[in-house]
Formats: sequence, C-alpha cells, structure tokens
Amino acid sequence: MLLLRILSRLLSIAVTLFGVALVVFVVIRLIPGNPIAMMLPPGATDDDIARLTALYGFDKSIPEQFVIWLGGVLQGDFGTSISLRQDVLGLVLGRLPGTLELAGLALFFAVLIGVALAIFGTIRRGKKTETGIDIWNGLTLSTPDFLWGLALILLFGVVLQWFGISGRVSPQLDLPFVTQFYLLESLARFRLDLTADLLAHMWMPALALALPLSAMIAQVLKVSLKEVMTLDYTLLARTKGYTERQVIFREALRNAALPTLALTGVQLTHLIGGTVIVERLFSYGGLGSMAIDAVINRDLPLIQGIVLTFAVIFVAINLIVDLLYTVLNPRLRHG
Amino acid sequence: MAEALQIRRRTPLRLWLSCGWLTVFFACAIFAGPLSPQDPLAQDLLFERLPPFWASGAEPGFWLGTDSLGRDVLSRMIHGARIAAIVALVAGFGACIIGTTLGLIAGYYRGWVDQIISRIVDVWMSFPAVLFAILLVAVIGTGLTSVIVAIVVIDWTRFCRVVRAETMAQSRMDYVDSARIAGFSRARTLFREVFPNVLPVIIAVLTLEMGIAVVVEAILSFVNLSISSDDPTWGGMISEGRLSIHQAWWVLVFPMITLFLTVLSFTQLGEALRERFDPVLR
Amino acid sequence: MSFLTIQDLDVRLRGSGQRLLRGVSLEVAQGQVHGLVGESGAGKSMIGKAILDVLPRSVEIAGGRITLGETDLTALPAKARRHELGQRTALIPQDPLTALNPARRIGGQITDRLTRVLGWGAARADARAVELLDEVQISDPARVMKSYPHELSGGMRQRVLIAAAFAAEPELIIADEPTTALDVTVQKQILKMIAAMQAAHNTTMLFVTHDLGVVARVCQRVSVLFAGHVVEDADIHTLLSVPGHPYSQALLSATPRYDDPRASLRPVPQSVIDATRAEAEAHDV
Repeated sequence: MLLLRILSRLLSIAVTLFGVALVVFVVIRLIPGNPIAMMLPPGATDDDIARLTALYGFDKSIPEQFVIWLGGVLQGDFGTSISLRQDVLGLVLGRLPGTLELAGLALFFAVLIGVALAIFGTIRRGKKTETGIDIWNGLTLSTPDFLWGLALILLFGVVLQWFGISGRVSPQLDLPFVTQFYLLESLARFRLDLTADLLAHMWMPALALALPLSAMIAQVLKVSLKEVMTLDYTLLARTKGYTERQVIFREALRNAALPTLALTGVQLTHLIGGTVIVERLFSYGGLGSMAIDAVINRDLPLIQGIVLTFAVIFVAINLIVDLLYTVLNPRLRHG
Repeated sequence: MAEALQIRRRTPLRLWLSCGWLTVFFACAIFAGPLSPQDPLAQDLLFERLPPFWASGAEPGFWLGTDSLGRDVLSRMIHGARIAAIVALVAGFGACIIGTTLGLIAGYYRGWVDQIISRIVDVWMSFPAVLFAILLVAVIGTGLTSVIVAIVVIDWTRFCRVVRAETMAQSRMDYVDSARIAGFSRARTLFREVFPNVLPVIIAVLTLEMGIAVVVEAILSFVNLSISSDDPTWGGMISEGRLSIHQAWWVLVFPMITLFLTVLSFTQLGEALRERFDPVLR
Repeated sequence: MSFLTIQDLDVRLRGSGQRLLRGVSLEVAQGQVHGLVGESGAGKSMIGKAILDVLPRSVEIAGGRITLGETDLTALPAKARRHELGQRTALIPQDPLTALNPARRIGGQITDRLTRVLGWGAARADARAVELLDEVQISDPARVMKSYPHELSGGMRQRVLIAAAFAAEPELIIADEPTTALDVTVQKQILKMIAAMQAAHNTTMLFVTHDLGVVARVCQRVSVLFAGHVVEDADIHTLLSVPGHPYSQALLSATPRYDDPRASLRPVPQSVIDATRAEAEAHDV
C-alpha cells in the first residue's frame, strides 16, 4: 500500500518533469531570430552559419531535437551553452549553490520572523500588540519581494549607506573555496571573516525574499495556535503548572505547525521563483541572474537547463514537505 | 464559548482607503491626458533631474521633479497608471476567463478531463513564474500585448485551482442534485446553479490577480522586456531611477510608492473579499 | 478544619462586567469529595477553573479568596500560583477526546508533571506511570505508554487522564464532568474507578457534574448552584432526603429515577426558576 503510494508519486513526478521539459523545449524554439547568427562575428558566411547550426543540431526538426536532447539529459548531458560556450550542466551546477544558499537563508529568516511573530501574537492575543502584528502581516504579505528588495536598497544602501548593494562577495577577497557553497564552506573552514562578508552581501536579498513568506507563516500559524490554545489539552497543560510560553512550546506548537507546513511548501516555491528577479536586483551571482541573461542572449540550451533545474527543485520541495508532514503527524504515520 | 463573544468586527477603514486609492488609480488611467501637468514624453535637457516641489531648485509645474532626460515624473506616473490599469484589467480578466472555464469543467465533470487539467496545472506550477514570464515575452516580442498574453498564459492556473476546488465543494451540495432531478442538463446545472455560487470566490481571486498583474508588468519593465523604454511605465521608471539613485532619488521613490500602494490596495480588497467568501477560511 | 476554602468568589466577564459567579463560598474538608451540581451555565465549571487559574481570557476574578491548606492562592503572584497549583492540584477533564495532545505519546503526557514540575528522572517517572496505568486497570501499560491518543478508545483515554491526574499525588483533584462525554456503559466503570482511587489515595476532590445520580454515588457533600450562586450546601443524605431549597427539590424531581418513574423527569417549574434567579441577583447590589 505504502509502496504503491510512493510509486504513483514518483510516476506523477516523472510526468510533471517531462511536461516541463516539453513545454520549455517547444516554447523557446518559437523565439524568433537565429541564435547561431547572433554569436558569430558580422563577417561570417552563410556556410559558417549552416555549419554551426548543424553542430548545435538546430537544423533538425523540433521532435527530433527534443528526442536527442532528452536522451542527453537522461545521461547527464544538458548540451552546450551558446553564449558562454561551456557545458550547461557545469554552468548550472556552478551557479545553483549560490541560489540555494540564498533561498536557504531566506527560508531561515522567514521561519524565524514568522514563528516569532506568531508566538508573540498568541501570547498577547486580544491586546494591541496582536492588532499591530496583524497590520504588519497584512502590509508585508501584499508587498512582493521585488518591492522589498528596492525598499531595502533604498534604505540601507542609499539613505543610510551601511552596506554595499551588489554581488555575492567582495571582489578583493581571496577565496580559498573548492565548492560553490561559499557560505557553508566558510563556516566549515571556520573563516568567519568570509562568512561575515558573505552575509553582508546576502542578508538584504534574503530578507526581501523572506518577508512575504514570514507574514504568511505568522498569519497561518497564529490562527492555528490560537485555536489550539482553546483546546482541552492545553488547558490541562496549564493546570500542570506550565507557564503560557511553556504551553505554547511544549504542547501547542507542534500541532499548530501542520497547516502552516502544508502552505509553506507552495510558498517556498514562490520564494525560489522570486530569486530570479531579486538576484538581478542585487547583482547576486546565482542561477536566477544567469537565467535572465540566458533569455536575453537567446541561449536555448542554457534556458532549458535552468528551467528544468528549477522544476526539479520545486518538485523536490513538495516531496520534502509531504514527507515532513507525515513525520510530524502521528495519525498519518500509522494510517 | 465565552471567547467567541470577544471577536471584534474590524473597522473597514483599510478597505475604504484601498477603494479610495484604486479610484484615484483608475481615474488617472482614464483621464491621464487632462490630469498630467506636462507631456510625459517631452525631454528637456535644460530641466534634467529637477527635484520635487519642496526642495530648492525645483521648477513650478514639475511637482515631483524630472528624470535624467528632463521628463516630468508626475506626468509619467499618471500615464504609467494607464498602462498598469490596462494590464490589470485585460490580463486579469483573460486569466480569469480561461482559468475559470477549465476549473469549472474539471471540478464538475471530474474523471479524465479533471486528470488532464490538473496535470497541466501541476506542470505550470513547476515553472518559476517570473522566469516563465520573461521567457514568454522574449518569445512573443516586447510590447503591451505580449505582457498581457504572458500574464494570462502563466496565471490562469491561480483561477483554475481555486475554482476547481470550490466547484467540487458546491457540486456535493443538495441543490445540485435537486436541479438534476428537476431535469436540468449537466451543462445547464453547471452554469445556472453551480457557477453563480462560485462567482464570489472568482471575484476575490480576480482582485488579487489584478495586483499581481501590476507587479509582473513592473518586473518585466524593470528588466526592459515590457513596453519600449520611452513609454512611461512604473517598472521602467523604477529601472531608470535605480541607475540614478544617488543623483535623483525621486525618480525611483515616487513610482515605487505608487506601485506599492496600488498592489496593497488590490490585495487588501481581494483578501477582504476572500475572507468573506472563501469556503476554506469561512 | 477545611482544606479548600472559597470565600465570596466573584467572577465577571471582562468588558461588560456581567457576573458569572456571585459571592460563591464553600468549604471542603481534607479527604472529602464535594459535589458541585447545577444546570449547564450555572457556573459550576467556572469554579473549578477559577481554583486552577485557567479561566478563559474573557473572564476575570473580581473578588473573593481561594485558600488551599494554609496557602492563600489569590494573594500569590501569577507565576508562583501556577507553580503551586501544578504541584498540589490536578484536573480530570470533561472530554477525553480533546484533552490529550494528539502529537505526543501517552507516556510523556502522564509523566509531564513528575518530570517537569517535580523534577523526577525519566526512568523513575516511567515506572510510576506503569504502576498508575495498572491501577486504572489498563492491560499492557508498556504498550499504551508508547501509543498515540488516536490509537486508544474514549474509555481508555479517560483512564489515562485519571492516571495522569493522580500521578503526582496531588492534594486536590478537580473532576470536571469526567463521565459526561462517555458511553453510559463506560460511565459506571469510570465513576467506580475514580471513587476507588480517591479513597485509596485519600485525595480531596471537587466533583463538578449536572447529574444528581452521579453525585449520589461519589460525593459526601454537595453545593447546588444556580446562576452563579450557591442556593444550597448540604451533606448528601440531607440533600437527597430533605432538600431545603425549592430549586434543589425541583432539580431532584427532574432527575430520572428507576424506582418511581412517574415522580421523576419533571421540568423545573418556571416560578422556582424566577424566584431563584431573583435570589441570586439580590447579591449583585
């Protein structure tokens, strides 16, 4: 029974990813203009263009191209970028860690701020503090990450001039890293000076991505917490001599977290989708800013590779959230 | 039980403010010409980077200053409202019509139709929306129409998911059975009986979608993929303002605030409608 | 010498100031079971919640004193009061379906008070929990300790809650309609068990119920409540044979009796209700 559920889940993931690959493949081949002609110097002959077009396989029919590309992808070969003339997989893997670290930090911020606001609002429920938190959540939720990014740049970069506002790391620094996970590696190597520099570059884009999600978490979690706090088992916990905060942390939080977790999955994919524009805004060298360049340069193989990577991340997030949901809910685990 | 007595009716002040701002927004969109103090496209290098009216060095008639080409910021913002309003309305309704139709069909008829539509929605949700929009505009070419088409193509899924869920919920109600027993056809039952009950939710999602459309348009203008860069769009102004942020902050700040207030108003209004109608929240 | 003393307890709704308890006084001697009866809304549960300091947020204590042994609870600061109550009192709640945390195993929920409040070690607390589950006649206690609430029946859960209430040998237990949510067949067993446990541990108990039949089985003394006001306070035999107040008489004849069906299930006459309400409200001025 469980095995069957896992199998059907995996099958539906495969179908979704295949659909994504197909849609992207067809859509980007509708882009007008010959990408090969764009990459050659003005003096190139028609013969040169034809030769290079054949090299990239663009002379074949679209179904043929798709089969060849898909065959390659299944073997780990995503083709060669036209504009950068490098292996697409290598390019994507080089940029992906930056985006994952940014999204991870953003998720950390979002959970931290969201849970703190929810708990604070629950302890002070019915008071002015709760109304204040509700108003803040309303404002934050309706302000997209793009506007948050601009606002942060304006406030900290221009008005206060506290922080530089672009890049992933200060260019003059000598980086000893062997992986692209700079933040994690700087922590592992205990180079806290580098960690500090990385965080100084990351915190603003991460916060811009985190704020809308934090408001969502705060809102949904507070509603469930307040509901749980009226149930008998929290009343029983109070008679055991627990303080209000102990009741929330030991009894209520785990039960109230479930609805929030279910929503966080969908919202987290929005957050990762948001990295595309936020990375651009802060000139942060991740997958997102490379994606926009790829579109502008009509770099078909690179676009395909990046979009497929995003799709894999989205699918993985939904899977992880489902798993967590099962682990946290004893009723599902034994059901 | 006693705590239920304590639920306070929240004052609709924020709703009044939202509706007020949206009225101003649509008024600017309709009467952009007569309302603008200056020609939004007129460049005047003698008047470049004039500050807003309260700062020293301001020129009368250029209330919110000028940009690096000497164009009036206020007039460009008012004309930008027209483009934003067109995108909000056309793209919003376009996505609404496609998504609602598919959602009604999937939720009412279920079976293989539902399977196919739901699978397509799943695939669509697996694209990063902003990247997909940029990609589409790159394919169709820049311009107002492309922006609208891109938003419709991406955001119909929002309507489809909500409408499908609500239709499924409504179809379980007794009144649907009564209509069928009374001899109505399935299609007639769907459009005469189910659809009117799903409508309130659709209107709420539509309002939210309009806010989203305004942001997406601004983002596309920001990466220079929306309208030609001469035409006044909020996103384009923000993009230009970002470059001259240290010399002329007003070019960035005013369109940002306007964009923020417009999105906020749409969202507040939409959330209020959803709170009233959404079966999940109700 | 009474162990639990309530003097002139006044509880009001915040904001409107509507009175929910009007000058309630009662005394419970050590080791006694004291019943609180009345119709729903009479304020009997409110008394229990006021003692345990778990009143809903919309309600506040406007006056009066609650004394437990030598300690004046109302005079203690909030945090100290919670701690004192956690060590010396316990609650058997009304609805076993919602009174156990669905996300936690049974064992931890029984030993909470032992480990968190009394500071026992885990092994000692677990051993005690097994002992208690044995006492409430649950077979295979070790397995039940590892179960989640949804894996147990309603009667089992109520036994678990009784075990948890007696776990730390509290001086006072408040039983808030502990059998109301259960099947009639299970009710009797649970009631017997509570009475037996109370006798074995010599615990003072305040037993809140709307059912005079239940009161007759377990209580030694009874307070009858109407509209937040104690209309009669008497020992159980006096109340059942010669009730003093017209409302108690009416309540008695409204209770089902198998020996004389025609004399039972009579609605409380409106005139009695009106007179009693007037009497209760006379306290307001």
